Amino acid sequence: MSANTVTAGDSVRFYDLDEHAHPEGHSTMLGFWIYLMSDCLIFAILFACFAVLGGNYAAGPAPKDLFDLPLVALNTAMLLFSSITYGFAVLQMQQGKVKGVQLWLAITGLFGLAFLGIELYEFHHLIEIGATPQRSAFLSSFFTLVGTHGLHVTFGIVWLVVLMVQLGKHGLIAANKRRVMCLSMFWHFLDVVWIGVFTIVYLMGVLR
Amino acid sequence: MSADPHAAGHDEIELPHASMRDYVIGFVLSVILTAIPFWLVMERPFSAGATAAIIMAFAAIQIVVHMVYFLHMSPKAEGGWSITSLTFTIIVVVIMLAGSLWVMHHLNTNMMPPHDVSQLP
Amino acid sequence: MTPPPLPPTDPVFGKLSLAALPLHEPILIFTFLGVAVGGLVVLGLITRYRLWGYLWKDWFTTVDHKRIGIMYMILGLIMFLRGFADAIMMRLQQAMAFGGSEGYLPAHHYDQVFTAHGVIMIFFVAMPFITGLMNYIVPLQIGARDVSFPFLNNFSFWMTAAGAALTMVSLFVGEYAQTGWLAYPPLSGIAYSPNVGVDYYIWGLQIAGVGTTLSGINLIVTILKLRAPGMGLMKMPVFTWTSLCSNILIVASFPILTATLALLSLDRYAGTNFFTNDLGGSPMMYVNLIWIWGHPEVYILILPLFGVFSEVTSTFSGKKLFGYTSMVYATVCITILSYLVWLHHFFTMGSGASVNSFFGITTMVISIPTGAKLFNWLFTMYRGRIRFELPMMWTIAFMLTFVVGGMTGVLLAVPPADFVLHNSLFLIAHFHNVIIGGVLFGLFAAINYWWPKAFGFKLNVFWGKVSFWCWVVGFWLAFMPLYILGLMGVTRRMRVFDDPGLQIWFVIAAIGAGVIACGIAAMLIQFGVSIWKRKELADDSGDPWHGRTLEWATSSPPPDYNFAFTPVIHNLDAWHDMKTRGHERPVGGFRDIHMPSNTGTGIILAGFCLAMGFALVWHIWWLVIASFAATIAYAIFHTFNYKRDFDIPAATVAAVEEARTRQLAAGA
Repeated sequence: MSANTVTAGDSVRFYDLDEHAHPEGHSTMLGFWIYLMSDCLIFAILFACFAVLGGNYAAGPAPKDLFDLPLVALNTAMLLFSSITYGFAVLQMQQGKVKGVQLWLAITGLFGLAFLGIELYEFHHLIEIGATPQRSAFLSSFFTLVGTHGLHVTFGIVWLVVLMVQLGKHGLIAANKRRVMCLSMFWHFLDVVWIGVFTIVYLMGVLR
Repeated sequence: MSADPHAAGHDEIELPHASMRDYVIGFVLSVILTAIPFWLVMERPFSAGATAAIIMAFAAIQIVVHMVYFLHMSPKAEGGWSITSLTFTIIVVVIMLAGSLWVMHHLNTNMMPPHDVSQLP
Repeated sequence: MTPPPLPPTDPVFGKLSLAALPLHEPILIFTFLGVAVGGLVVLGLITRYRLWGYLWKDWFTTVDHKRIGIMYMILGLIMFLRGFADAIMMRLQQAMAFGGSEGYLPAHHYDQVFTAHGVIMIFFVAMPFITGLMNYIVPLQIGARDVSFPFLNNFSFWMTAAGAALTMVSLFVGEYAQTGWLAYPPLSGIAYSPNVGVDYYIWGLQIAGVGTTLSGINLIVTILKLRAPGMGLMKMPVFTWTSLCSNILIVASFPILTATLALLSLDRYAGTNFFTNDLGGSPMMYVNLIWIWGHPEVYILILPLFGVFSEVTSTFSGKKLFGYTSMVYATVCITILSYLVWLHHFFTMGSGASVNSFFGITTMVISIPTGAKLFNWLFTMYRGRIRFELPMMWTIAFMLTFVVGGMTGVLLAVPPADFVLHNSLFLIAHFHNVIIGGVLFGLFAAINYWWPKAFGFKLNVFWGKVSFWCWVVGFWLAFMPLYILGLMGVTRRMRVFDDPGLQIWFVIAAIGAGVIACGIAAMLIQFGVSIWKRKELADDSGDPWHGRTLEWATSSPPPDYNFAFTPVIHNLDAWHDMKTRGHERPVGGFRDIHMPSNTGTGIILAGFCLAMGFALVWHIWWLVIASFAATIAYAIFHTFNYKRDFDIPAATVAAVEEARTRQLAAGA
């Protein structure tokens, strides 16, 4: 190491005398990403439960009897549309257009609401025909996995609304831009989880 | 962390840059990668086993598409820490999912053998 | 299964009624009176000396990582006294309950005691202690001014404290779980535990778990993003490395606990069938999931202390750490391997030979990097000028004790041996051997080592030595008998015994616990005496042990901003490097320093969550809804505050540094 050769007289800089503070929020994106990773593990547990317990129908209804694939496809389309509309909001932000961001966020929120509406309709229907979360381990893990995703979407929509208000109040300041990008990660992350849900729960369920 | 203290001296941080091209490519790919599995399961041109393998593969590809085009994941993002943490998470998830399935499957076969009436005394 | 019929609940008070107060248990009544009187005296004194404003402004709402670290340590210490009280009650009961005697604890109470002991010691003692330690030391070691998310840090602390508070409330309102510290179903299901005990357990851990996870994220990002210029990954101090790995484990395992407990609560509250015996549920799935969290948790606890031992050994041997690189790789190996061993906690479940042998082998493999660490410490000491100060004494005690615990661990990793020893007192002796010998001894080393940094004076040596010898002797007396009893086949969590031949071992163990109690008392006296004689014990240099890492480069206690100028790192052991190469402390040219402002949001949000937890335990639905709505509304309100930091003016910095210059000159 060079340390052994340098003597006390040498001018080695031990303090940063001309220092600039870290820009505000420069850790936020990484921190939020790591939070998403931890959230990912919560979903992983729910997937694990579904994988292990999803075949335990307890002489009750099975996925074939319950799932309506066209409805799921419609729901998937809603989420996919909301993903690209969120992308448009980000593009508007890069051009510095507040109104455009708000408009596309609103449209994203509407797609999100449509997704939730369809999911609630499905749940309501299932419960009505007796396929309640209490009926079997399969249904417990189904409702919990899909419901947890739905709860995340709900919080995403609440956040969308709050962000639209904040954009209206303060415009595209650095803090708000960061928030738009964090919510973007959250929203697309939910989309990624949904890929797992429609493949493993619905499609594989019907195949089984 | 760079050795140069001035490297981060801007007032605003760099946000990942998105482009219309990325979003459109991502969207089109996602639509294709979603539609085919749904069609395969609804129409059943193949056996159940083959269909399962195909749709799982499509899901894996679609997850990568979302990561790249929507989440702007790249080896360079956040000095590589995003992709490192993602890799670590995937390792843990795989260990946990595969492990749980393996453990619980063996448990079920060992502890709940199918009732064979002919073997009863 | 339809949800079991719940007893009719009151719309205002839920299941809560006067019957929930344990008025028929004299032990609890007296404990309550003691706590109430003590609490009132403390509150009275705070009011008398008008400290509320000071506490609120300088402590409760602080975002300073150093103060939050100290608050974590105080929380850990308070909960440690509660957890130890449980321990000594168990030892007494087991030493007494022979030859037809029922002892003094009824089964209902005894079962709560052993559950609470385990939960409190792991979640509310060990976790706050290590989180507090990391919070205090890590930013200083990497030359940062605070953590990445200072507000989140404050919030995390208060969530941990709220979880602890909810657990403590169960002592006097209702009851605690009687299920053992991991609450296995079906025992913890609604059918076999219809009362509120398990609910207290669930919500206490869920609330604290939020804090733990967020604090883990915070510290990871801090270490990744805020290192001083020049500090590459392989120039980070070992304690920072082990903290990084420990926090990675926290973030990648606590969500598993959260999800698993959430599923258990769905079973209890909504009547789902994840872990029930009916309709396809599988209780063993719970055991599987909870240990996927549980095993990494073990390493979350021990890894930071491995870092402490490395720092202490190197400092008090006057040498750089032997095998730094191998130490880092060993830590990373342990981090990954800790996810591959969980099944060794339930070899007897019946997964069969192939599964058991896989997990048996991975468990044995994990002892290799741990062994490598031990050799590194030994070689660091080899030909060093060892100073037997208190931190070094604890480190040597750790090495001698922990190795025995590790050996018995490898024994338990052999599946056939485990079939004999599973759930026996041998297991209890094993994990107390590693947790006390590793985690607690490490914490005591750390407290003695870093106390001067935090408060500006050293700890009294005499009482420290008294405490040390009581702890070491007490530990061996208390747990060696348990190894013997375990080999004789005695299982854990027993309340009464028939075989009088066993009694002598339990009596010895109880005496050991008594000696440990003396050790704890001596430690409290040590703190008291040191605070009393702080003038004599004062350290003006900021570097009382001739340390090697950056935290010793600043004053003791460090100023709010830690470093007036961020250090530039050229070498591992940065401070040692600076000292040997004759660095000059800058005395002019100070600038404004940007710092985060204090906020009361953390404590307020945690307060709402505490109310929500209590309401969920007692099925007080209106309060659940109200406190949940309040939490969300207040959190949103907080996001509308964009002005979250301020500048410490250069003049203030200059004044603080000027005082430090005078202090250094006076000490020299």
